[in-house]
Amino acid sequence: MATLVTKKSSPIEDSEALQKAFKDAEALHKAFQGWGTDEKSVIEILGHRNVYQRQQIRKSYQEIYQEDILKRLESELSGDFERAVYRWMLEPADRDAVLVNVAIKDGNKGYNVIVEIVCVLSPEEVLAMRRAYQNRYKHSLEEDVAAHTTGHLRQLLVGLVGSFRYGGDEINPRLAKTEADILHESIKEKKGNYEEAIRIITTRSKTQLLATLNRYRDDHGTSITKKLLDNASDDFHKALHTAIRCINDHKKYYEKVMRSALKRVGTDEDGLTRVVVTRAEKDLKDIKELYYKRNSVHLEDEVAKEISGDYKKFLLTLLGK
Amino acid sequence: MAFNQELEAITHAFSGHGVDEKSLTTILGKWNPLERELYRKNTPHFFVEDHERKFQRWNDHCVRLLKHEFVRFKNAVVLWSMHPWERDARLAKEALKKGPSSYGILIEIACTRSSEELLGARKAYHSLFDHSIEEDVASHIHGIDRKLLVALVSAYRYEGSKVKDDTAKSEAKTLSNAIKNVHKKPIVEDDEVIRILATRSKAHLQQVHKHYKEISGKNLEEDLNDLRFKETVECLCTPQVYFSKVLDASLKIDVDKNIKKSLTRVIVTRADIDMKEIKGEYNNLYGVSLQQKIEETAKGNYKDFLLTLIARGG
Repeated sequence: MATLVTKKSSPIEDSEALQKAFKDAEALHKAFQGWGTDEKSVIEILGHRNVYQRQQIRKSYQEIYQEDILKRLESELSGDFERAVYRWMLEPADRDAVLVNVAIKDGNKGYNVIVEIVCVLSPEEVLAMRRAYQNRYKHSLEEDVAAHTTGHLRQLLVGLVGSFRYGGDEINPRLAKTEADILHESIKEKKGNYEEAIRIITTRSKTQLLATLNRYRDDHGTSITKKLLDNASDDFHKALHTAIRCINDHKKYYEKVMRSALKRVGTDEDGLTRVVVTRAEKDLKDIKELYYKRNSVHLEDEVAKEISGDYKKFLLTLLGK
Repeated sequence: MAFNQELEAITHAFSGHGVDEKSLTTILGKWNPLERELYRKNTPHFFVEDHERKFQRWNDHCVRLLKHEFVRFKNAVVLWSMHPWERDARLAKEALKKGPSSYGILIEIACTRSSEELLGARKAYHSLFDHSIEEDVASHIHGIDRKLLVALVSAYRYEGSKVKDDTAKSEAKTLSNAIKNVHKKPIVEDDEVIRILATRSKAHLQQVHKHYKEISGKNLEEDLNDLRFKETVECLCTPQVYFSKVLDASLKIDVDKNIKKSLTRVIVTRADIDMKEIKGEYNNLYGVSLQQKIEETAKGNYKDFLLTLIARGG
């Protein structure tokens, strides 16, 4: 469930929504006036608007002030706060494209982010992201991912990025058994046949994959991710591990990302922003519940403890406070 | 018409691509039983003489072949009226089922369609076959072709004209080195070659093609000794040359039935896209117009249909 708190508004009430967007644009413009910025208003307004309303605000602001509000935000705000608000304001497909592009440039720190994004998004969302990526960077996503990686890691990432998985519910139990066995064989030794593992993980439908992973667990008593951990030394294994975790249970994976982001010596703001901004309108509430179950402390409290300033206020707003 | 001429006409009506329905109706249709017996006795490659029981029977194999010829028109019509996405999805599925000799069709679809057309085909494939195309390609193809084919069908290439010339130059060099080292490492195992061919935009690859010629003096597709890679480069960089070659191979009498089918496939799938350029290229390569070649080789309704398709849009 989403954590975003907005006033009840449906896209059908167009003229009313447009009026509200105009008012918001004006209020934001006022917040930018003068020497400083009225960050409180920025958070108060933007932190309570859904994706449709935010795009309306962008359009209205452009119309009234002949300026892209994103550029304005970039100059008025700074640091982690600015990055979070900027990403919040982008259209989802565009935002995903930006996040992936940043991850590609991040080298070995970014591989898991690429995997996370393409494995959690639906096939249609991945497609939208690939289009947005082309529009922005004049390259295809697979071309950039391929050019920055080698070997098995490249095969895995390009395969994940290029996939357009079948979205149906059908499960072939015999196939699940066959492919669970193949997966078992391929990760058994250090130099296993990863080509087959990559093939299965990057091409099968999510439903079929879940059946295969469940079958693996039934046959071997433990989930495949635990087995992979033994080998998780290089980037390829880590990425494969992430892929399976995200496909299996992405909310659990996001809980871990949040936990690592907050508990580390030196918080991982990028991870924090990414999860909150991309999931606030989807399932951040469930992730919060998982967090509490796992850590016996509320996510908001942990954020309040580790983060400060406007960035903190913005995150807490998106978290539903 | 003298009977001998009529015999010849009927033989003609049955030889080539499709059948000449008109002649069959006007000539064969009017023959009396004696004339038809004379026909059977004079057409040994269709009819087998049963000397013991004194009659002539159809050669079963020929009847099967004839069925294909009669149905050629229907297949063309059905393929033509199909949504292009369904068309490509079905062609891909059929190619996968037929096996390695048809994998060239997968390359043709993946490389000559626009990014959006290929995407559409992938969506249609979901709808028709409850699987993604990459999952079927990856699980059906086990050999060395797999990597290349999976990468090609998964591509969503940038379609713009923006190209970084430095990158194109260096990638031409990479390809040249890979080709020179083919005795140490076969092209099919070279990840860099696959990366370049499967992910770069077509505009970029045209530049790479150009720089390759400058470096090595030959065309990239000539130097690649693997058939799949050759087809890939031809489809990506010189599609009209590729299609002309496929058409010419299919327009010969007595060719393999799969090659014969490519006549319908190419004309139906390209009629709306680049048939004008293909006709021009065909003329360049073979000194005869495509139209004339079809007149000579195809028959009846099938022939008329093909000629109509290629005449559209000038």
